[in-house]
Amino acid sequence: MGTLIVLFWIAVALGVAIAAAWGFRALAAALTRGELHRALRDAPLTASFGMMVILIYLVIALLAPVIAPFPERMVVGSQFMPWSSVNWLGTDALGRDMFSRMVYGTRNTVGIAFATTLLAFLIGSVLGLLAATVGGLLDQGLSRLVDVLMAIPSLIFALLLLTIFGTSILTLILVIAVIDSTRVFRLARAVGEGVVVMDYIEAARLRGEGLVYLITREILPNVTAPLVAEFGLRFCFVFLSISALSFLGLGIQPPTADWGSMVRENATLITFGDVTPLLPAGAIALLTVAVNFVVDWQLYRASGLKE
Amino acid sequence: MARVWRMIAQRLAFGVVTLFVVSIIIFGATELLPGDFAQAVLGQAATAESVAAIRRELNLDLPVYIRYFDWLGGVVQGDFGTSLAQRGRPVSDMILSRLGNTFFLAIYAAAMAVPLALTLGILVALWRNSLFDRIANSTALSAISFPEFFVAYILIFVLAQAGYFPSMARMPAGADLGEKLYRAFLPALTLTLVVTAHMMRMTRAAIINLLSSPYIEMARLKGMRPSRVIVHHALPNAIAPIANVVAINLAYLITGVVVVEVVFVYPGLGQLMVDSVSRRDIPVVQAIALIFAAAYVLLNLLADVISTLSNPRLLYRD
Repeated sequence: MGTLIVLFWIAVALGVAIAAAWGFRALAAALTRGELHRALRDAPLTASFGMMVILIYLVIALLAPVIAPFPERMVVGSQFMPWSSVNWLGTDALGRDMFSRMVYGTRNTVGIAFATTLLAFLIGSVLGLLAATVGGLLDQGLSRLVDVLMAIPSLIFALLLLTIFGTSILTLILVIAVIDSTRVFRLARAVGEGVVVMDYIEAARLRGEGLVYLITREILPNVTAPLVAEFGLRFCFVFLSISALSFLGLGIQPPTADWGSMVRENATLITFGDVTPLLPAGAIALLTVAVNFVVDWQLYRASGLKE
Repeated sequence: MARVWRMIAQRLAFGVVTLFVVSIIIFGATELLPGDFAQAVLGQAATAESVAAIRRELNLDLPVYIRYFDWLGGVVQGDFGTSLAQRGRPVSDMILSRLGNTFFLAIYAAAMAVPLALTLGILVALWRNSLFDRIANSTALSAISFPEFFVAYILIFVLAQAGYFPSMARMPAGADLGEKLYRAFLPALTLTLVVTAHMMRMTRAAIINLLSSPYIEMARLKGMRPSRVIVHHALPNAIAPIANVVAINLAYLITGVVVVEVVFVYPGLGQLMVDSVSRRDIPVVQAIALIFAAAYVLLNLLADVISTLSNPRLLYRD
């Protein structure tokens, strides 16, 4: 009987998600014109669901202090209070409001993951394009270094570096960004190599253009499409590894509200049959699924595949 | 045959070189710290005597390369030095009892995941664009996006709540195999679910890639039975990509193991590593990082050798 009820609610959730995605697509298509209008109108339901979720997360992250009924770090009651009309999702292990912390967690977790991904892209693509353009010893040196760094599993390497530098938000961002930039480097270099051999690069070189001009004005515009798609995927990886580290107690440190550590702090509730600790974990999962859906659609569009 | 052995020897030598460089990185990372490691570890508690004690213990007064070769010489003989957090306790002691547990969990998960993922992957490739393919594919995409601890807690919520399996995977000494399999079921199932999704998607891509090649189309046009096309024509050429997929995902298991062990309080290497990171017990973390990295390098090596063996053209390339 219990299984049937669970299945029923899963079916209801799926139905609501599909209806919302359909509505969002219709609304988005109605509000836009031209090229964008056509792209949005033909987007699959999964992609429009993904865009809707990302938009909702963005709004929550930006308006966190307005939406949250209580401040991020205020103790509002005794510990582990059940759901009520005042504390919508109850309270956590220290008596702080769960719902407010979920809302602030959107800002902290997603914001830190986004900053880390940006930094990883900055390091990885600059070095990657530089290696592809300059070639020679620089290329060889950087490529071998990246090969060796990638021979160590990323989570293990992150744990090693966190032991040495200690755990703080800044070291977390730097460590993850450096480790992930190796993957970006590989892609940027591979795509860059394909562009560097083109005639117009040769022409620009003969014109006597400098290295900075070559990279920013000639190569970069031609490698943005694959790099943007990769950005979505990288964001998912970074987001998941930061959450994993926070869950292990080595990432974002309390009292900052963060989904990974919220799961860890309140995990005991699960053994009493309370679903509350699953919500922050679910929030992480929902965002990664959404980003993956959108990236899938973009890759499909970019590849021009029509089955 | 001589060529095969030479290829294997070459790859092994390459693997050893990679491991050597990895060991330099793992050891050398501590040198990145500005100032003195002893001071950084002790932090507030740094009195002159305790700093001096740690310096002596780690031989920080000697040059880097001498310390490195000392450490490496010990590692090769199974001596990883002594723990900083538990004074004087040999690291190899702490690791040895847990190493077996982690391998047990990884092999358990792999034994469930590999057959399941390969069967599913081949089936969805054969029936691609069917309803089954779409459902399997979007389920897999969602499962990849889930953090490991989310999957783990859902399983605890559903299966451990109902009393089918224990949510704490403590391993009592002297438990027989059946007992161990029962106790480690939930962590192994978590890893299986996470890895299967990856493996299935990659298998599907590899098989679809293969099925679009001209000789498969030729075999079909000749009127060959679909099962014969798959078993006799597609499968031998699919060994290389599938071996790669399996090895990559087993390597992925290594990272997954850390989180899953913490969720289920499983007494393995991952749990020890996480504890040691928060205690900043450098020798223990270095040792475990080296073991995980070695497993990772060896798995990639194995995939490389298998895919070369399955495709003789690669062997006679030069």
